[in-house]
Amino acid sequence: MNNELQAIWVYLAASPLLTLTLTLVAYQGGIWLYQKSGNNPLVNPVLIAMFAIVGLLFLTDTDYRTYFDGAQFIHFLLGPATVALAIPLYRQLRKVKESLLAIIVTVLCGSLTAAASSVGIAWLLGASQQTLLSIAPKSATTPVAMGIAEQLGGLPTLTAVVVILTGITGAMTASWLLRLVRIRDARASGLAIGISSHGIGTARAFQISEVTGAFSGLAMGLNALATAILVPLLFQLLG
Amino acid sequence: MLVFFIVLLSCQLAGEVLVVATGLPLPGPVIGMALLFTGLLLKGNIPAGLDRMADALLSHLSLLFVPAGVGVMLHAELIGAELLPIAGAVVVSTMITIVVTAWVMQLLGRRGAAE
Repeated sequence: MNNELQAIWVYLAASPLLTLTLTLVAYQGGIWLYQKSGNNPLVNPVLIAMFAIVGLLFLTDTDYRTYFDGAQFIHFLLGPATVALAIPLYRQLRKVKESLLAIIVTVLCGSLTAAASSVGIAWLLGASQQTLLSIAPKSATTPVAMGIAEQLGGLPTLTAVVVILTGITGAMTASWLLRLVRIRDARASGLAIGISSHGIGTARAFQISEVTGAFSGLAMGLNALATAILVPLLFQLLG
Repeated sequence: MLVFFIVLLSCQLAGEVLVVATGLPLPGPVIGMALLFTGLLLKGNIPAGLDRMADALLSHLSLLFVPAGVGVMLHAELIGAELLPIAGAVVVSTMITIVVTAWVMQLLGRRGAAE
């Protein structure tokens, strides 16, 4: 790099503008590839953006802190967006009301399945104790999952990563998996996606249909509550 | 539009305050969602501006997870050391959960399913 470029780089690296723009460009690139693929859910824009950004940060020797200084403006909008999930939910009020009991039972079953299967599989594959405790709440939304992991003695930051990877997995696999097991009920699809893969799944669920998205958002909220209560209980029972 | 952004932020803020005050095991925004939902129930309809605001925010919901997702780089070594159990648990357990949950709901929620 010549001196002038170096000076520009030093200037930009100190401002949040660069990583903020980078995040938007990487995501837009992911969307573009997703559309080019004929909207194939395996071409996941979040995963593509993550890989692109992590790669660039490694190449430019930039740490996560510096990146997050800019990206936090996007991250911040997660809060109001979560609150806004009340709106599609309200639009589906009638459907929610008529199946409320079924929804609650489903959330409890789903929450237990998520925790028990993740711990069971990780244990079979030889995970360390700390990893087991960190992945147990992986299907809950990030702040809840991190809180539970901390309470259990896991590693909250590892939990955050596992939660995101879980959401991406759900977003990538849900539609063909649901087709495979012949689920036609949009409410069932929505609950399945929201319970297993929280907000990232919910984003995907809205692409499937408004009903699926609304039920996914509802399931995400209820599952946060169920996981916060059930997972610590589960570990108490297991000793 | 601004008024409705204030509505969303106020619900979130009220949610955060409630969480800190009561020690509820939920994140502030999830409580905020419940508060806004209750507000809509009381009001009986969705103001058009709030509707547009929600659509704008939710149409790019997955973008909002990218900054946290990049945090993967912080744990690259740890994940590398336990790649098989972590990847296995994430992928297989997520798929099992999707199938079991959808199946339970489809079974329990027969009524109204035909719509």
